[in-house]
Amino acid sequence: MLDTTVFQARKILTMNPARPTATHVAVRDGRILGVGTADDLAGWGPSRLDTRFAAQVLMPGLVEGHSHLMAGTLWRYTYGGYFDATDPAGRVWPGLKTLDAVVAALGAAAAAGPADAPVVGWGFDPIYFGERRCARADLDRVHAQRAVGVLHASGHILNVNTAALDRAGLLRTGIDHPGIPLGDDGLPTGELKGPEAMVAALDHVGLNRSFLSGDEQGIADFARLCVRAGVTTATDMAATLGEAELQTLLRATGAADYPVRIVSLLRLIGMKPADAVARARTLAGLSTDQLRLGRIKIVADGSIQGFSARLRWPGYYNGRPNGLWYTAPEAMREAYTLGLTHGVQIHTHTNGDEATELVLDCMAQALAASPAVDHRYTLQHCQLADDAQFRRMKALGLCVNLFANHHHYWGDQHHAVTVGPERAERMNACRSALAAGVPLAIHSDAPITPMGPLFTAWCAVHRRTASGRVLGTYQRIDVAEALHAVTLGAAYTLKLDGEIGSIECGKRADFCVLDDDPTAVPPDALKGLRPWGTVQGGRVFAA
Amino acid sequence: MALNNADLPALPAVVIGGYLGAGKTTLVNHLLRQAGGRRVAVLVNDFGDINIDADLIEGADAGVLSLAGGCLCCSFGDDLPGTLGGLRRRATPPDVVLIELSGVALPAAVVRSVRLAPGIDVAGTLVVADAADIRRQVGDRYVGETVQQQLRDADWVLVNKTDLLTAPDLQALLPWLAAVAPAPRWMACPVQAVPAELVLGWRAATAAALDDPPALPPDARFAQRAIGTWPRTTPASGLFTSHSVALPPGTDLAALGAALAAPGSGVLRAKGLLPDPAGTGALGWLLQVAGGRWQVTPAAVSGPGRLVLIALRGPAGAGGPLPPAGGPGTGAAGWALPST
Repeated sequence: MLDTTVFQARKILTMNPARPTATHVAVRDGRILGVGTADDLAGWGPSRLDTRFAAQVLMPGLVEGHSHLMAGTLWRYTYGGYFDATDPAGRVWPGLKTLDAVVAALGAAAAAGPADAPVVGWGFDPIYFGERRCARADLDRVHAQRAVGVLHASGHILNVNTAALDRAGLLRTGIDHPGIPLGDDGLPTGELKGPEAMVAALDHVGLNRSFLSGDEQGIADFARLCVRAGVTTATDMAATLGEAELQTLLRATGAADYPVRIVSLLRLIGMKPADAVARARTLAGLSTDQLRLGRIKIVADGSIQGFSARLRWPGYYNGRPNGLWYTAPEAMREAYTLGLTHGVQIHTHTNGDEATELVLDCMAQALAASPAVDHRYTLQHCQLADDAQFRRMKALGLCVNLFANHHHYWGDQHHAVTVGPERAERMNACRSALAAGVPLAIHSDAPITPMGPLFTAWCAVHRRTASGRVLGTYQRIDVAEALHAVTLGAAYTLKLDGEIGSIECGKRADFCVLDDDPTAVPPDALKGLRPWGTVQGGRVFAA
Repeated sequence: MALNNADLPALPAVVIGGYLGAGKTTLVNHLLRQAGGRRVAVLVNDFGDINIDADLIEGADAGVLSLAGGCLCCSFGDDLPGTLGGLRRRATPPDVVLIELSGVALPAAVVRSVRLAPGIDVAGTLVVADAADIRRQVGDRYVGETVQQQLRDADWVLVNKTDLLTAPDLQALLPWLAAVAPAPRWMACPVQAVPAELVLGWRAATAAALDDPPALPPDARFAQRAIGTWPRTTPASGLFTSHSVALPPGTDLAALGAALAAPGSGVLRAKGLLPDPAGTGALGWLLQVAGGRWQVTPAAVSGPGRLVLIALRGPAGAGGPLPPAGGPGTGAAGWALPST
């Protein structure tokens, strides 16, 4: 006899407009046999009724369309962020509201850890501590002899103490680097800005490369964060996917109790476009149900708050010079053309609107050379696109995954410093995307901001910044649109909408389990909804 | 882990930039073939950029290609300072490092990163330009600024693929390029004409070694070959000329450096060694000139002073198009040793 489980719920939000709500969902072999009333499902034969969710609400398992496995790895270091955050084990780490509190937290970690190990923190956001910059003397208070480093929330700045500077060979005069400010004594202050400056010290504070890709523990911790956020499918947006990394991923995601489907994109770096496309095709054949391979990620430019994004005229609001290209246009065009020819999907990071414009031009040329339908090439972040660009995306068949969380955490800085009030209001323009008919997802970019698609939905619905300002009223979307964006919308950008993203016959039995109905609570309460856990492939995982 | 690099000698590095298709890799292969016994390490942005000629490759291990003549090639990914530090700590460190950048990298930014690695001496930046395409690239709406900045970041610009242009077009291109980026020295020739010493430098050698072959320390043998066998003013090619002259005691290296680096001197690269005035052989001074930059640093020198240099031939030179304004307007005659 086939093993069938029927989950009974207070309410099931299916995201299928033809049958939007239900009370029962039948699951067989990890897939949805049917959804409806108990009567609707009776015809499938004998089943086991599972009533544990009878008082709860099920919705499709949430899909995080842009995150990194590093979100799991970072939690083995000390959280130093301003906002409360929850670790993989469910412990809430209160936000640290002063520099002294950060120093104290690091000091406690130093006392608890091995006597010679570096002391590492992350999630640091001293922008909330006023004008004074964190200096190495501050972190010398954590430990004078051991290397101390704190990674900023943005991931773009590292603060270190004197011992770490010394070990990195940077405790000297005469350093001339825009990312390394010097103090009155001519020595670095301990603030290392930008990847080039940070890399000189990362190793010495124990943040070596492996923390980026995720080891087995990191991959497991990442999954726990996903369960806690109601996420059943999540992306690893920029992987190198070398043989060792691939084997680790296959092993970790292949565990019988691994609760997340990981979509890992191969970053186009360290290889020619043709080699990347060939590698992606090979990887696609190695996909499992829980590890989806075969897509490529390209990074076109840098970040807006780091002034490394490429902006169109008139550029940065504070007059800073334009940013950097990370990939040459010729390489993008070649990758797109080859990818379209061979059916390899490509996602491209753009932040500035000039980078977006370049991708649009390259796509137009690539499609002319290699016509393709339903390619779903996706712009990731795409924070500064204007309406005309969204119309071109529609014409070219592109999708967009906007960084709604960023708008909350850094919108005030964009308003005041980077792009000014007018363009800040159009950043992460969810309404423009929908109005132009561009398929829309929204994301956290965890660990840059905490993973939590319901929080991401709240951000897109309210566009409220950390200071409480509503930035860009017109670009707000409604709750239904936002919930679509974190389920079917994100699934669509991954070409997985036929498998996940809604609760329908034949799809994966992936559910987000909630105590409250997100469509019935006041929209402001979306932010506070805490999933009970998930069902993934029919298996139940409590947060 | 703390690094202890203080005892290791400085490792010279040359940054090679330029937009896609300019000929950076062709230049690197040419230099590897002309290495003349130098152990050259080639660092590329990433492995996709490795296009070392197959016949130069002897093996591959742990991400490092071993090349003919003790040379090697590896990628630096996103950790250039760390990769350079690793090269310096090798059992047999390279004699010189060539850092081949990606097509959109800005050389000056990379040089700043390289300087974060202790013990790396950035000898110069060479940017390669495609004669037939550089005008379009500079005018490109997306990468135009990037290409311009690459040219401006250079000590030396090599205008490659000159055979694709008619002589009048080339004559018109060079002043235009010089206006785009006035500071660097310009060379218009195929990469195969570039003298190895211009990029790879002269092997470390004491001044004494140059004049006194029997006393050569092992380390200086190559320098003797490279420099000592050249007639002092015989052209290295139609476009280049090399010189090796004695530096009298008491030479003002700063004045010499300024003269060699002055616009119009024609000097592309120079190295001078001068013993200390007391003649104890313990200390001395090293002058290095790369295009318009020069520096004098303390160095161990024994024996008499010596200056070696590579310059562009002057307007009277028979070969090659004339370098434009901002380059060597007055040719080899434009530089002169201060009278001593």
